[in-house]
Amino acid sequence: MSKAEKAQEARTLAPEHALAVLRGMILIRRFEERAEEQYTRARIGGYCHLAIGEEASNVGAIDPLTDDDYVFTSYRDHGTALAVGSPPAAVMAELFGRATGVAGGYGGSMHMLDVERHFLGGWGIVGGHLPIAVGAALALDYRDESAAVLCQLGDGATNTGAFHEALNLAEIWNLPIVFQVINNQYGMGTNVEQASAEPEIYKRAAAYRIHGERVDGNDVEEVWFATDRLMRRARDERKPALIETMTYRWRGHSVADAGKVYRSPDEVEAWKERDPIVRYAAILMDRGVLDEEALAAMRKDVAQEISEAISEAASAPVPDPDGLYTHVYAPGWEEQFVHMDQAGPFGEREGTKHWRK
Amino acid sequence: MTYREALRRALDEELARDPNVFLMGEEIGRFEGSYKVTAGLWAKYGGKRVRETPISEEGFVGAGVGAAMIGLRPVVEIMTINFIVPAMDMVVNHAAKVRSMFGGKVGVPMVIRTPGGAGAQLTAQHSQSLEAWFAHVPGLKVVAPSNPWDAYGMLKTAIRDDDPVLFVENLVLYNLTGEVPEEGTDITVPFGLANVVREGTDLTIIAHSYTVRRALNIADRFLQDGISVEVIDLRSLRPLDIDTCIASVKKTTRALVAEEGWATFGIGAEIAARLHRACFDELDAPVERVGGAEAPMPYAKNLELAALAQEDKIGAAARRLLADCGLVDA
Repeated sequence: MSKAEKAQEARTLAPEHALAVLRGMILIRRFEERAEEQYTRARIGGYCHLAIGEEASNVGAIDPLTDDDYVFTSYRDHGTALAVGSPPAAVMAELFGRATGVAGGYGGSMHMLDVERHFLGGWGIVGGHLPIAVGAALALDYRDESAAVLCQLGDGATNTGAFHEALNLAEIWNLPIVFQVINNQYGMGTNVEQASAEPEIYKRAAAYRIHGERVDGNDVEEVWFATDRLMRRARDERKPALIETMTYRWRGHSVADAGKVYRSPDEVEAWKERDPIVRYAAILMDRGVLDEEALAAMRKDVAQEISEAISEAASAPVPDPDGLYTHVYAPGWEEQFVHMDQAGPFGEREGTKHWRK
Repeated sequence: MTYREALRRALDEELARDPNVFLMGEEIGRFEGSYKVTAGLWAKYGGKRVRETPISEEGFVGAGVGAAMIGLRPVVEIMTINFIVPAMDMVVNHAAKVRSMFGGKVGVPMVIRTPGGAGAQLTAQHSQSLEAWFAHVPGLKVVAPSNPWDAYGMLKTAIRDDDPVLFVENLVLYNLTGEVPEEGTDITVPFGLANVVREGTDLTIIAHSYTVRRALNIADRFLQDGISVEVIDLRSLRPLDIDTCIASVKKTTRALVAEEGWATFGIGAEIAARLHRACFDELDAPVERVGGAEAPMPYAKNLELAALAQEDKIGAAARRLLADCGLVDA
């Protein structure tokens, strides 16, 4: 039995690994808290969707991936970016709209990516990235690669037509893809029971003859082992799967939403009792892997890292204003399209002088 | 060679040339394509390179985007342009946005081939020409060749291009015959270059796709009036080669833009606006626009004929323009 197989059997991560996973969750929590603060100080614009409370669903699903796997997610993507290993300073710089951001300041909060780490976005149309993730899985299969796609989505996305088409295609084409429904109970202010005829979302997979299962999305090891098993199956047997990780969005839909009018304070508090970080820290203490002192040191270290990320982002340059058109088309096309743009130099270039009196 | 065969030859050659090129669409395999463009390719290359899809336009256009993002070169067929509407989210919100939204770190080298056009009593949901929608969107390239040579050469260019390309074909053009480049020459036709397909001195008619054929026939008809019509085939809508149009209109001093789609907010509206600005001093009359009747296409043959932007309708508009300028009798 290999080391990985033994771990699967025990469903317990090795001590060093477990600490790294815990730190990964604390990193997301701290990053999001500071992002929220920076948003309220108007250093971050646009929308800002936080993943506070959902850390175990992110880290637990992404940590078991191999370097060859690919990740897609929705617009609630800061946690995903950090979980794949993108530097916090580059993620924060993207929020700040700086040239050193992961998308050079062109994407912002909703459009993180890290091509090197096979994280292909950060997508802003609910459900829209599902067919695209299927296409990536198709490409992996086309090239006979031993890799799979993890496609994260929210519970709300499962009511789009794209969800149906994506799952159907994944199954009829036997593609290596795992759909992770991060069920945080709400699509904006609409809860799952209100929006979904079958609120037990994992059961919907059966309609496509796809394996579906539900796990506690606030139990990082449970998410880890389930995702690892399903991703292996996708890689080796070309079988798609759907995993529903049950969690909760502590904050509103975005920083602009207080998250109060459509749910009760009791409900929020009940979920906070199930804080994935506190829970996992307690488990690791029980196992003798962690003590209070080490946890405090870890929190301090993370806080320092995020503070530095903020300083770095705040002092980074904004994108070159001449770069407005730079990435609209592939290299070599910019001049031709700028020439065509009425808002650009074209309008002044032809004809105007003749009739101006 | 027909327009259809020219497209097929381009697909065949590109499939043979680059293992990353694959085709995807409804009924393009065993069924050989609803309009038989892909006939024989499934048998030759197999189901992996010529992938049959279910009726899931949003799904498989999106799959094309994802496959393109990690290095394949999908050529997606949408049976007719009418059926791209369920996939608009993938085309406009996704394919067109990827490169810029992700800071230039990833692109979408994908082609969507689809025919527009009308004239066979296919009625309201199957007779549209929607290319203006796409020509409006930064991030997309839109081309609409009018003859077999350009169909062949521009499809090869599209497949080798690193951006999402909407390649607009035309139901009526599929049987048009014409010259194509000799085998083995690997000749391609670049984007963003309009073609002066007929030189003239009195009026410029600007068109794309099947309407170019109509414009050429109108040019022939005006010869008996002693009127010399210049015809410009735009070929490419985005990027748009306005300079060729401007040079022509500065010479002829009169212009008419014709299209199968609706004229309001259409291709002609765009070109007319640019010509009025660029050729304000030279123009002898305002730029004229002609498009299809602004009603959902009816079924009855007489109503359909009345709705189409056919030769008579375009010719009459041209005659009115020339009469206003005193060149012909009204």
